[in-house]
Amino acid sequence: MSEWFAMGGHGFYIWGSYIVSALFMIVEVILVVRRRRSLVQRLGRMIRMKDSEVSG
Amino acid sequence: MRDLTLAMRHRSDVLTTVFFFIIVVSLFPLGVGPEAALLREMAAGVVWVAALLASMLSLTRLFADDYNDGTLEQLLMVPQPLPLIVLGKVLAHWIISGLPLVLMSPLLGLQFGLEGDELIMLMVTLLIGTPVLSLLGAIGAALTLGLRGGGVLVSLLVLPLYIPVLIFGAGAVTASAAGMGADGHLSLMGAILLLALVLAPWASAAALRISVE
Amino acid sequence: MFNLFKYSSPASFYPLAGRLAVGFGIASAILLVIGLYMSFFVAPTDYKQGEGYRIMFIHVPAAWMSMWIYVVMACFAAAGMIWNTRLSSMMASSLAPTGAMFTFLALWTGALWGKPMWGAWWVWDARLTSELILLFLYVGFMALESAIDDPRRAARASGLLALVGVVNVPIIYYSVEWWNTLHQGSSIKVVKGGVETSMSEIMVWTLLVMTFACWFYAIAVSLTRVRCTILERESGTSWVKELVQGGKS
Repeated sequence: MSEWFAMGGHGFYIWGSYIVSALFMIVEVILVVRRRRSLVQRLGRMIRMKDSEVSG
Repeated sequence: MRDLTLAMRHRSDVLTTVFFFIIVVSLFPLGVGPEAALLREMAAGVVWVAALLASMLSLTRLFADDYNDGTLEQLLMVPQPLPLIVLGKVLAHWIISGLPLVLMSPLLGLQFGLEGDELIMLMVTLLIGTPVLSLLGAIGAALTLGLRGGGVLVSLLVLPLYIPVLIFGAGAVTASAAGMGADGHLSLMGAILLLALVLAPWASAAALRISVE
Repeated sequence: MFNLFKYSSPASFYPLAGRLAVGFGIASAILLVIGLYMSFFVAPTDYKQGEGYRIMFIHVPAAWMSMWIYVVMACFAAAGMIWNTRLSSMMASSLAPTGAMFTFLALWTGALWGKPMWGAWWVWDARLTSELILLFLYVGFMALESAIDDPRRAARASGLLALVGVVNVPIIYYSVEWWNTLHQGSSIKVVKGGVETSMSEIMVWTLLVMTFACWFYAIAVSLTRVRCTILERESGTSWVKELVQGGKS
């Protein structure tokens, strides 16, 4: 098992590549999904505030 | 041609560019140490980068003055094709900031221990390269007209486009110094210059319209 | 891909983009799992490079994506400039960050592949340099767009920049044919251009799976990002108000 992980001595480079790539891609997804959710929430709040101003 | 007369009145601008060039180039031996062989190797690159930076200094002003006093909008409505007007401005810019650098370069090359042939090659490459910088810089200047980021933004936009010229220009000098032919480098640079001459004014004109309307 | 004109209004595109994003996202995840499994367990050990060559299965897709996304981005930018469609420009802007990321990954994984194989993290050869220039172009595109307040001018200015820079993409692609570059492998011969032919079939398939995985990923992320932009720009319209109040997403 640990032999496979070492990848014939190239382990550092291979895992370094894949892990960094995975990290970037996962972070990008998280950022974009969070941005959308917070946008929807924020817009919702703003509109509810405006509505309560008008009616209140 | 009007730009040339304006520039003559602002003679200090020409001098600023040239002095910046001289200072930057002179800083390198101070920072790197006086070892002759090292300096000779670095010479082409250093002079080229310094020329690049010095030339970029004046790029923002290429269109900004006209933009600020309203003449740019008038120029857009003039019957002459806008690319031609841009070409005129670029030519003026090159005469003010590019040409002096080309003329100064042999002196600076001497500082680095370059010899006769290499000095000539340095001048030639800069002669071809600095107009390209003015041409490409015009695109960047036109795109960033009136923006806050200013000079930094222009550099960010133009430098990627300019990197190949830098590589071939400096490379030509080092290649000829090492005895290998620089013909390939020079012909590529010539091709880039021709391409830039044809396409850049057109792109700059488009960018100007985008920025002003 | 889809009927542009029917969906060229942000209001009708928004829900479609949502469904597509989910679909492509799931497809991408599945392909990634398969592709990674193939990269590590199915693809054989290379007789020249040993295990180290496996970086190729992320490096090549990333590089291909960096170029492909730029081209698509430039097309959307051009479409936005020619037909004055806001949605096209929004798509271009949404693609840029993902494209930049893949460019960075291509350079990063390339360096990590190059160091053990050819002894250098970096060389200033034609392909690597032009890929680096591509990264600068992406960054410049995003910087220029964010520096301009007026959305229309921002879209057109950055679009022009993207179009001027698109000449770089064929340079990247053909640089290994035009010049003698290290990337093609000078001391240790792993012919990049010949990778399609001299590779074993399993390697080709693995490469394709990973490429499509990255492609679908890029589509899913960009579509989600453009939904954000649509919400921001159209926040005053009634359909957004309904959407946001309805509690739906």
